[in-house]
Parts: sequence; structure tokens; C-alpha cells
Amino acid sequence: MTRISARFEALGAEGKAAFIAFVMAGDPDAETALRILKGLPGAGADIIELGMPFTDPMADGPAIQAAGLRALKHGACMKRTLDLVRAFREGDGETPLVLMGYYNPIYAYGVPAFLRDAKEAGVDGLIIVDLPPEEDEELCRPARTAGLDFIRLATPTTDDARLPAVLQGLSGFLYYVSITGITGAASFSQGDVEASVTRLKRATDLPVAVGFGIKSPEQAAAVARFADAVVVGSALVSEIAGALETGGKGDAVRAVLNLAQALGEGVHGTRKEPR
Amino acid sequence: MPLVLDLERAYDAARADPGFAAQMDWFLEHYVGRPSPLYFAERMTAHLGGAKIYFKRDELNHTGAHKINNCLGQILLALRMGKTRIIAETGAGQHGVATATIAARFGLPCIVYMGATDMERQQPNVFRMKLLGAEVRPVTSGSATLKDAMNEALRDWVTNVRDTFYCIGTVAGPHPYPMLVRDFQSVIGHETRAQIMKAEGRLPDALVACIGGGSNAIGLFHPFLDEDRVAMFGVEAAGKGLETQEHAASLTKGRPGVLHGNRTYLLQDEDGQITEAHSISAGLDYPGVGPEHAWLHDQKRVTYVSASDDEALAAFQLCARIEGIIPALEPAHALAHVMRMAPALPKDHVIVMNMCGRGDKDIFTVAKALGASL
Repeated sequence: MTRISARFEALGAEGKAAFIAFVMAGDPDAETALRILKGLPGAGADIIELGMPFTDPMADGPAIQAAGLRALKHGACMKRTLDLVRAFREGDGETPLVLMGYYNPIYAYGVPAFLRDAKEAGVDGLIIVDLPPEEDEELCRPARTAGLDFIRLATPTTDDARLPAVLQGLSGFLYYVSITGITGAASFSQGDVEASVTRLKRATDLPVAVGFGIKSPEQAAAVARFADAVVVGSALVSEIAGALETGGKGDAVRAVLNLAQALGEGVHGTRKEPR
Repeated sequence: MPLVLDLERAYDAARADPGFAAQMDWFLEHYVGRPSPLYFAERMTAHLGGAKIYFKRDELNHTGAHKINNCLGQILLALRMGKTRIIAETGAGQHGVATATIAARFGLPCIVYMGATDMERQQPNVFRMKLLGAEVRPVTSGSATLKDAMNEALRDWVTNVRDTFYCIGTVAGPHPYPMLVRDFQSVIGHETRAQIMKAEGRLPDALVACIGGGSNAIGLFHPFLDEDRVAMFGVEAAGKGLETQEHAASLTKGRPGVLHGNRTYLLQDEDGQITEAHSISAGLDYPGVGPEHAWLHDQKRVTYVSASDDEALAAFQLCARIEGIIPALEPAHALAHVMRMAPALPKDHVIVMNMCGRGDKDIFTVAKALGASL
């Protein structure tokens, strides 16, 4: 059993949803990012999504764009992202970690070398925003062969005709984007999201995570009632930006972990409705 | 994906509909002013003393560049699809102006994303877009140039997918855009073919066009690709020199990568991070190139060369003085290559160069480069 499915199974047995925390590798610098990463499981993160910095993050809003640029400014690159995962894994063999980002840095690294090094570093899965199922030969199939989960995004525009293509070859979990738009954007309509998650859960046995636009512990709790996992990213990395403006890197670590704790409590304090 | 699949379906239906072609033709003739002349540049030919040089005068189109051919096609398609809001990205502002123009003509609201850096150096076009009723949104993310404007337009599109049509200005972006833009720009090559047959009784020996994303070049080249005896030259911007970091020569100096939904040659660092392009001409300042050009490069069907800022400036001035045509800085790059190749060629060698835009928009940039104060 993979770390991802083990984690969902354990939480499911308790009737709880997973809290997935997104942070950007190397944000604001390698050392601070490692402290944040190491603190996240203790703060309540069940799964970590680690962003791979990219100059042109088309699906991301201002908060995550800024996080990526902060990291790149401090020398972030794919090799250092994998170093970060390795350093995290030295102290944590259980928390699932998924890399999220865009294809070009992986393509530049070389797909076989990337999959080998990512697996060896302790990565569990990949979410690649700009590779549709039509391009599965590029990375999805090789990743599955290498033993990594390939997690795909479904959106409000993924209709019944499109859904089978999204589910094909998918593993780990399905990531439902709660809005048409970019990360950190305006809030979603809870009723619409709940209806969509219900539809997706009829189509797949895999856990369904919901993300994009969830900012507060209250929103996280509301989504945890019907989703298998709640993803928060922009709100967490905004804490880093805010803390850097007023304080130092230590403040950034504290600010992220405090919010993560509140979000985790929101998610874990909610009992999932059976469906 | 569903949105680009929808677009592909709508385009396939439009292509099969003679009504769509008739509508295009009518607007191309009466609104854009096509066909554009194929002009024998007699004085330039005499000055260079070799090959016979023709200019395809797409700078005489309404709005002053080839960009409007594509905007017309895409916005007619948007109307067929029932879209009520048009968005676009722009670098030099030519595509933004052309989009704003067609949107105004059809009464559609139009939002143009433009890098803050580009807005600064293309003030006249920003004002033109505003006069045409478009909203110009400055993009400050990333390097605040064309690629970032494209990122921002894509973000808008995925957010407002239900009512919005994204009018992409070059042969880049996700499929079907490169095909769509190529088809709408191919009017340039089709006209050229008929016109050169009339003027010379035969096909040209060489075609020359500048390449940013590559829409004017593919428009000229595409109808000739199967003619083995027609040589083709795409001229990239070498900026301050290919040996520096400040150029926009993605085919000559870039590596294959994936950006904006297509795989092509990109200016990027070791880590796959996209690097900034540089050219005196904002319209060539894109770190990628249309995927079909990447393919034509790999097939060696088209020869890709480059011209520097200085060479383009020299060509710009020469053309103004001896032909009475102030070219845009973009085709001035193409002309710089014509100036290099023509002298050594025989007098019966026929070159067609795409004069894809006029230089009114560039006079401030050129004045600055030449140290003149306006």
C-alpha cells in the first residue's frame, strides 16, 4: 500500500477528511522551507503538496506566483526541490508528499532521471497542471511505471463526456478544482462543489480532494463534511509573504504553522457525512 | 481542456461552412483592405545590386499590420460560438490594437493584457486601444512582458470560460490555436502566390519574414511549403547579439520545452525556467516560437537566421529613405536579412519579403535608439 492510500484509509476509518497543505519548495529560501515542511505534519497536515517553482505558473494566482518567484530568487531549482524532499524524509517516513507544478522543469531535468530521483527522494505522487490526459505518454505512464501516483485535476468544466479521460490512468486521489479559475481566487459556491464531488465520487473509488479558493478554517471544515480531502495553498503561502514584510523568517515559519494548525483543526473537527 | 476542444469543434464547423468563408472574404476586402499589394521595391533592388526584391505590403492593412487578418477570423468565430467577451494578450500592441478594432466593429467588450514594461515602451498603441474602447490591463507578474501577458490572459480565460473568447495573436498557445492563426494568416501567402505569378510568371526563389511567435511568417510560407524550389528564411531577433543573453532567438539559441500548451523551442535556463527575451522590437520579444516553425526548423524546410537590433535599425532607416516606406521594427529584421543576401544573388533571383507592419508605432523607440529627441 502506498503512503497516500494508507493515509486516506486511516483517516477514513475515523470518519475524517485529510488536510492537504500546499507550500512552495524553496520559499522563501531553502532553509526556511525545510523548517516549514518539517513542522507541517505536527501542525496537522495529513498530506503535503510541494510546489515546484516555475517562472510561468499559468494556473496560479498572485499568492502562489509570488511564492515561486521568491523561491527562484533564492536559487530554487528542481535539484534543490528534490534535496528538500530528501531532507524532509530523513525525519518523516509516513507523511505522503506530492510534487505539484508545471511540466517544463521536469522536461528539462529529463523524465527518466526525474522519476528515478523523485522516487528515491521519497516523493509519492505528481500533480502536473499543464499535461492533459492526451499527453499521458509524456509523464503519466512513465510515472506510474516508476511507482509514483499521478493525480489529475477535474474542474467545473469537466463534463460527463470529459470525465472518463480524466479518470483514465489516475491514481492516488482526484483533485477537484472548486472554481473555474486560478489558485487563491474568489470563493466557491459550496452547494455547487458538493454536488460536483458527489458526481465525481459516483464515477471513481479514489478519494476526492477539493482545492482552489479555500482560505479559512471555517471553509475547510465546511468542505471536509463532504470531500475526502481539503487542499489549502494560497492562504498558507500568503502567510509567508505577510510575515516577511513585518518580521523575519522565524515569523514566517510560525505564521504558516499556526494557520496550518487552525486549518487542520477545522478539517479534523468535522465528521464526514457518509455517502 | 474542454474549452480548447470546444474551440476546435467550432473551428471545424466554421471551416466546413461556405458562409463563414464568404463573411471573412467580405470583411477582408471592405474592412481590412485586402488584397494588400505585392510591390516591386525597385530602388531597394537597385541599391543592393542583386536579387529582385518584392515587398508584400501587409503594413497597408487597416491598423497597420498583418495582425488583423487573424483577429477578424477569431472574432467571427467567437460570434459563431456565442461568446460575448473578448480577451487578448499583446506585446508591441499591434495584436491588441487589431483585436480592439474588430471587437469595436462587432460591439464586443474587449480586455487586452499587456506587460507593464511593454506598455511603457508602446504608449501610442496603449492609447489607440483605449480609443477603440478596450480596457488595457497592465501585467506586472514575472518579467512584465508578452509571455506574462499571455499567462494572465490564460488565467482570465480559465476563470471566465463560459462567456469569454481568448483571441491569441500568434501561432502559439494550445492546439488548435497555432493551426487557427496559421490558417487565418495564410491569406498573405495565397495572395502572394497569385500576385507573383502575375508579375513574374513564376514562383519566387525565396521568401523572407521576421519571426517572433511567427504568425506573419507562417502566413506567407504555408501556401508555398510544398514548392521545393522556393527557399524560405525566418529571421529571429538577435537583439544585442546571439553571444549575449539579450536576444529573442528561440530557434537559434533555445532548447525544446513546453510552455503555454505547446512543445517548441524556448529560451530557458538549465532548470527549465523561462528566460527573458530581448529585442528592440517588442513584437519579436517572445521566448518561444510557434510549434510549426520548430517542426519546419527540425525538417530543415525553412532556414532560420537572425538580425540584431543594430542591423534592424539600419534596415529601418534605409527603407524609409530609399523606398519611402517606414517599416515596423519587426519586418526591419526581415529586411536586414534581405540586405545581407540580395547583393550576392543574380538579378533574376526573386525574393518576396513580408512587410508585415508599418513603423509609425516605432518612431519613439527608433528616435531614442538614434539619440534624437522628439
